[in-house]
Amino acid sequence: MALYKQHSGRKIAPYVRNAAIAVVLLVFAVATLFPIYFMIISSFGDPVEAGAANYTLWPKKISFESYLFFFDFSKYSYRWLLNSLVVAGSVMITNVVLASLAGYAFSKIRFRGRNVLFSLLLSAMMIPYQVTQVPLYILIVNVFHIENTYSALILPGIVTVYNIFLAKQFIGSIPTEIIESAKVEGCSQLQIFTRIIVPLSKTVLAVMAILTFVDSWNTFFWPFLVTNTMEMQTIQVGLKNFRFANTTYFAPMMAGAAISAIPMFVLFFSLQKYFLEGVTVGAVKG
Amino acid sequence: MAQLARTIKRRLLHGDAAWAYAFIAIALLVYAMFTAYPVVSAFMISFQEYKPLGSTYVGFENYVNSFGDSLFWKSIRNTIVYTLLTVPVSLLLSFAVAILILPFKKRLQTAFKAVYYLPAVASGVAMSVVWLWIYDPLPSGLMNRLLDVFGIGNQNWLGSSATAMFSLVLMAWLSSHGTSIIIYLAALLGIDNSYYEAADLDGASFFQKLWHVVVPFLRPTTLFLLVTGVIGSFQVFQNAYLMTGGGPDNATTMVGLLIFNNAFKYFEYGEAAAQSLVLALIIAVISYFQFRFLGKDVEY
Repeated sequence: MALYKQHSGRKIAPYVRNAAIAVVLLVFAVATLFPIYFMIISSFGDPVEAGAANYTLWPKKISFESYLFFFDFSKYSYRWLLNSLVVAGSVMITNVVLASLAGYAFSKIRFRGRNVLFSLLLSAMMIPYQVTQVPLYILIVNVFHIENTYSALILPGIVTVYNIFLAKQFIGSIPTEIIESAKVEGCSQLQIFTRIIVPLSKTVLAVMAILTFVDSWNTFFWPFLVTNTMEMQTIQVGLKNFRFANTTYFAPMMAGAAISAIPMFVLFFSLQKYFLEGVTVGAVKG
Repeated sequence: MAQLARTIKRRLLHGDAAWAYAFIAIALLVYAMFTAYPVVSAFMISFQEYKPLGSTYVGFENYVNSFGDSLFWKSIRNTIVYTLLTVPVSLLLSFAVAILILPFKKRLQTAFKAVYYLPAVASGVAMSVVWLWIYDPLPSGLMNRLLDVFGIGNQNWLGSSATAMFSLVLMAWLSSHGTSIIIYLAALLGIDNSYYEAADLDGASFFQKLWHVVVPFLRPTTLFLLVTGVIGSFQVFQNAYLMTGGGPDNATTMVGLLIFNNAFKYFEYGEAAAQSLVLALIIAVISYFQFRFLGKDVEY
């Protein structure tokens, strides 16, 4: 890139410069990764009370006792992981299906009220969640009486405006001629959607699926509000309860944090490309 | 013939519209039930004293009480302090890192992007647990040992009103800036080389190019990150709730946390709703002025 000088004459200068830059970047990387490193290293410690625990930055031994301690805390601790998986999985599937359907309709089909309805949806993105939290809570708990169920955890999030917006942006860029010719061939709208739109939008739908899944897995606030037995809690709520119940158990707490975070790390490393792409899909125009 | 074609077209369009309504039906239902209705309901609740069996109308009492409550003002001040300390620093850091990543080959860029993004996939609860121990007030705590190296005494990080807010800010500084870095980098790669070449012909230095080419070009990106950053920061709740509970002496009570406490700790739904609407208004006004003053020739 030509922001930086090209150094056409000397051969060594660019290497020296890049090495210096790399050092700065690595220092910053170490600073941001440190909490994660500290979490994982410490989780291998023995499950003893903190008074005796000695923080080390280098593992002296690797023991999984603290992980067992975390799982022994409640007989529902495995269930928390399962609950998170069920909720995040359901929310992921409904979002991909419903957002892509709506995104297709809003971008490629002309119908009465299209612009009004879409602006109405968009305006929701500007409302802070604090406004809706109390009425939503009353609706779920006092009106529908479905607190402490999977429905309560899943329903409010089955399709987000952000995902509809994302799908509309992408599907809008698919050439309309393809759709027109399919129509001439006698395809119904549903066929156009399943045979043309979905295959062409695979990447963006994968991005949407992954980001929605991670987001739902990491959500603490809503599951914390609408669950009231250990059996229905998600891993994030369970981790919070574990922390408040065992304030002095350092290594097990780190093990719990690791248990809640590691599935997402695994997902990240196996689907890294989609994660990094996903960041810019919604943000940068053109 | 033309008539027939038009009828067919209209019929098709009509069929298409039916499909369109079917495609958006569930999304609209979800929106109506879980967003539109709650917003309307929040307005109504804000004028009531909520009771499970029949609320009573109290006019503007909830608003008046909120504005007369010193804790409400304190929470707004805390939120502003937190925002001013975190958002600009995050933008500067991300900008600097994106510039520094730029000279490397694509594969190395991707590796750095991945490293900086990684902390963002860890849950907020997990990270709050980790930071709680980093801020362990005992002399053996990591932060205290780090300070000890510089000869500074023990701090009661989250437990003292002098340092609690700074502790939350420091945590934000060292959390993931991956998203902003990636967005900045994408925008940087979109700047055409000819601008740099023109600047080179004028004998511009690296920093002159940075100031006269890069900064103006990235203004839409900066505006986007600034607006979304401020909106997010004004809603901050989780770290304060999990790490300090708003204490000590409400030094870290943000508006988001105050609203949460009013709603789900004291069950003052009316007051919580009124405060949440004030918060929405504040966010809208700030966003408006940001667009007004920074977005002059920005196109969206």
